[in-house]
Amino acid sequence: MTDSNSTTSRAPHDMSLVELLAARRTGTFTAEAIAAQFLDRIEAHDPALNGFISVCRDSALAQARLLDEAAAGDLAGLPIAHKDIFCTQGVRTSCGSRMLDNFVAPYDAHVVERLAAAGTVMLGKTNMDEFAMGSSNENSFYGPVRNPWNADCVPGGSSGGSAAAVAAGLVPAATGTDTGGSIRQPAAFCGVTGIKPTYGRVSRYGMIAFASSLDQGGCFARSAEDCAHVLQAMAGFDARDSTSVERDVPCYTDGLSGDINGLRIGLPREYFAEGLEDASRGVLDTAIAELEALGATLVEIDLPHTELAVSTYYVLAPAEASSNLARFDGVRYGYRCDNPVDLEDLYTRSRAEGFGREVQRRIMVGAYVLSAGYYDAYYLKAQKTRRLIADDFRSAFDNVDLIAAPVTQAPAFRIGEKADDPVAMYLNDVYTLPASLAGIPGMSVPAGFVDGRPVGLQLLAPWFEEGRLLNAAHAFQQATDWHTQRPAGFE
Amino acid sequence: MAIQWETVIGLEVHIQLATRSKIFSSAPTAYGAAPNTQASAVDVALPGVLPVINAEVIRMATLFGLAIDAEIAPKSVFARKHYFYPDLPKGYQISQFDLPIVGRGHLDIVTGDGVEKRVGITRAHLEEDAGKSLHEAFDRETGIDLNRAGTPLVECVSEPEMSSAAEAVAYARKLHSLVTYLGICDGNMAEGSFRVDANVSVRPVGQAEFGTRTETKNVNSFRFLERAIDFEIERQIDVLESGGTITQETRLYDPDADETRSMRSKEEAHDYRYFPDPDLLPVMIDTAFIQATRADLPELPDAKAQRFASDYGLNVKDASALTSSRALADYFEATVAAAGADKTRLGKPAANWINSELTGVLNREGRAIVDAPISAAQLGGLLARIDDNTISGKIAKDVFDGLVAGENDSADAIIEARGLKQITDTGAIEAFVDEAIANNPDQVQQYLDGKTKIVGFLVGQVMKASKGKANPKEVNQLMVAKLDALA
Repeated sequence: MTDSNSTTSRAPHDMSLVELLAARRTGTFTAEAIAAQFLDRIEAHDPALNGFISVCRDSALAQARLLDEAAAGDLAGLPIAHKDIFCTQGVRTSCGSRMLDNFVAPYDAHVVERLAAAGTVMLGKTNMDEFAMGSSNENSFYGPVRNPWNADCVPGGSSGGSAAAVAAGLVPAATGTDTGGSIRQPAAFCGVTGIKPTYGRVSRYGMIAFASSLDQGGCFARSAEDCAHVLQAMAGFDARDSTSVERDVPCYTDGLSGDINGLRIGLPREYFAEGLEDASRGVLDTAIAELEALGATLVEIDLPHTELAVSTYYVLAPAEASSNLARFDGVRYGYRCDNPVDLEDLYTRSRAEGFGREVQRRIMVGAYVLSAGYYDAYYLKAQKTRRLIADDFRSAFDNVDLIAAPVTQAPAFRIGEKADDPVAMYLNDVYTLPASLAGIPGMSVPAGFVDGRPVGLQLLAPWFEEGRLLNAAHAFQQATDWHTQRPAGFE
Repeated sequence: MAIQWETVIGLEVHIQLATRSKIFSSAPTAYGAAPNTQASAVDVALPGVLPVINAEVIRMATLFGLAIDAEIAPKSVFARKHYFYPDLPKGYQISQFDLPIVGRGHLDIVTGDGVEKRVGITRAHLEEDAGKSLHEAFDRETGIDLNRAGTPLVECVSEPEMSSAAEAVAYARKLHSLVTYLGICDGNMAEGSFRVDANVSVRPVGQAEFGTRTETKNVNSFRFLERAIDFEIERQIDVLESGGTITQETRLYDPDADETRSMRSKEEAHDYRYFPDPDLLPVMIDTAFIQATRADLPELPDAKAQRFASDYGLNVKDASALTSSRALADYFEATVAAAGADKTRLGKPAANWINSELTGVLNREGRAIVDAPISAAQLGGLLARIDDNTISGKIAKDVFDGLVAGENDSADAIIEARGLKQITDTGAIEAFVDEAIANNPDQVQQYLDGKTKIVGFLVGQVMKASKGKANPKEVNQLMVAKLDALA
């Protein structure tokens, strides 16, 4: 109550999620006023960032007014943005692709449904790499997203729009999806907190599939505490997704003790070896020392099959993608070429014109590795190496409670810098892919800056230990202020 | 010297499971609805939707596996089979590939000549059906109806162990009978609930390796199956004998032309790029589930035929005819039960009435046994009146026709209303006999002269006078006694 004075003097975008919810509850702001202020910020700043594909001003304000009449849900009045990979009833769901530029979903994704039930107000749909394929957000039909910390740099990908929007204070929280790092890497590049839960923790129903065995929904916010609130509303069993896990969701916010005394944190040698740029290493060393200062025990560990992750992932993910994207054929919905002369022409041109280059590349790689004569050598082999990578984590977690690692080798790179070199772009994912392949939860936590560009600390936990992850990040954020810093021009 | 040829046939049968909802969605499976009204977001393959296995499908497939004495896989896996076609919404069909739910089993068949044979079943797997492309209704365009998309199918693959169209038909009929007994398929071939693909090849007698085979797809009647196979055997022998070679290809049977035609050759065959569907977990089946499912197994055709033979005193031919479908067998048992007398005495007449009179009516009216115009209770009631001598077999046919025509609710009601009750009163019959003797002195004289066969004429006069109601046996006895007394 003592800080009510300070909340009245601060704008909604300066508040934490908890403060914002309290400000609405106590009447400092109505839900409508909160939504309107964020929408105004989007209008003012997004043209420079290109973080949004769709902005839903009218429906957001209408929804906020309803909540002002009868507030319902733990997150009542919280503005949120959804990555444009989540189906939203009545609102275009493009997945960053020309293929779905005209697609308006007739139903809500499970995540969208859950967050709406919790009282969030959807401000819009965020930009992304086409069909979540990319690490830079340059592969969007709607153009690249710019990094709020440096407009010449990428925000990361594929959930770049969500990360940039949260970093710029255009929305307090946003959803994302992570298939090989698509939440953690943009969170690191944009200096926000992002969490990818355990595979199966959040339903994939209504989340347009890229690689089904890897895709997992998660969220971005300003802090681990804010993420805990959003994840609480997203997580849980959904019978419509057979890979959703029927298992109780602990109360993440209650678990935020901020105490990590005695926590054993593993530092994988393979992640701190050659490849990690010195400046980033320096930032991470400081952050890890902070964790130690908070009472954690540091243990060097080995994850010996780490080097197999990139090749494993770039066989499995394209294989699944080539299959998942077969439904986009110009027949029932989505892009259809003009005047097809026959069925073959309809398929060929609709897909050639509707999909961008990176998507086409991955479809071709995927079709190749699944084809007769190559299946055993690629797909089956990759399934085996995937198991080895998961077993690495299983063994490691026998001895440690958590793993700390870099998210990327370096901070955000310049737009266009790697656009012509797909392999360099793929190698950029080396620290995020193993956790995706193993299905374990991971976070990126702001840990400092290199040349004004944020550096993220990656924390990984055993399967379904999101609570442990969030608490460690929370403890770190109680002791540091990297997560409270704002990019210039977006104060 | 002419080469002797032998035929090798294997069948792949698509059995549509009679579930209420689809294999991976909650949309209904009912046939004949307006196009695309039974296609959910999952069936249309909207972005973001996911399949969820219908548990009933697993139960039915397990039931089927147990009925063909096959191993039920403790772990089976759904895979994606990729090809592009407008009526395949996802661009892949969810099927089972290297780990099917049902392993090796067998089916015992009896051909028309009474030859018994055991045909091996290689495997049976679950898959979803595709939609339908409608080419006729549109000018230069194709309509897509996705109502059928996602309908659950069991594809049952036999070993190449049949050697004639007759054997193949016997196998298909037996399989059809089995799945309808199990209640896992409605068996409606015209609606595509039971579709047969025939793999046919020929080879010189004595040759060990198979000839090149063709696959004739989607044959939807037993008659067409026989014709398609016979046509294909003859065609292949003709090609080979005139020095040609058989192309491995898919063919279609055209019932109008009574021939098979090439659809696509192996060179055009797809690489389906199978891989395990990551949206679905492996199907795990434990022994407890298998035991519980086994307890649900109904009495199967072979066991039922044996029981009919022993309990009802039927011959093998009648017993197997009556057990060819579960509905017919149920009808038979209900008829005998309604007749109320003991099984061994009424089994045979019930079988005769069902296999001749009733089957005749059903064939004439094009009806199935479940739509029979006379119920088992009505037919049983009629049989009871024959059995207790209330009416003669001849009168019974009239009563049967009356019941078929809906003249009245029961045989008793018709007998009563039409006054058809048989005359068994000796006094009344004696009066008719005396009358016949008095009115036909010439015939009586012939009898007395030794032409005893003339008694039939005199009995006929009595039957005529009694309007068929006099008990013919009694009339005969009395007539002979009276004539003999005149001598």
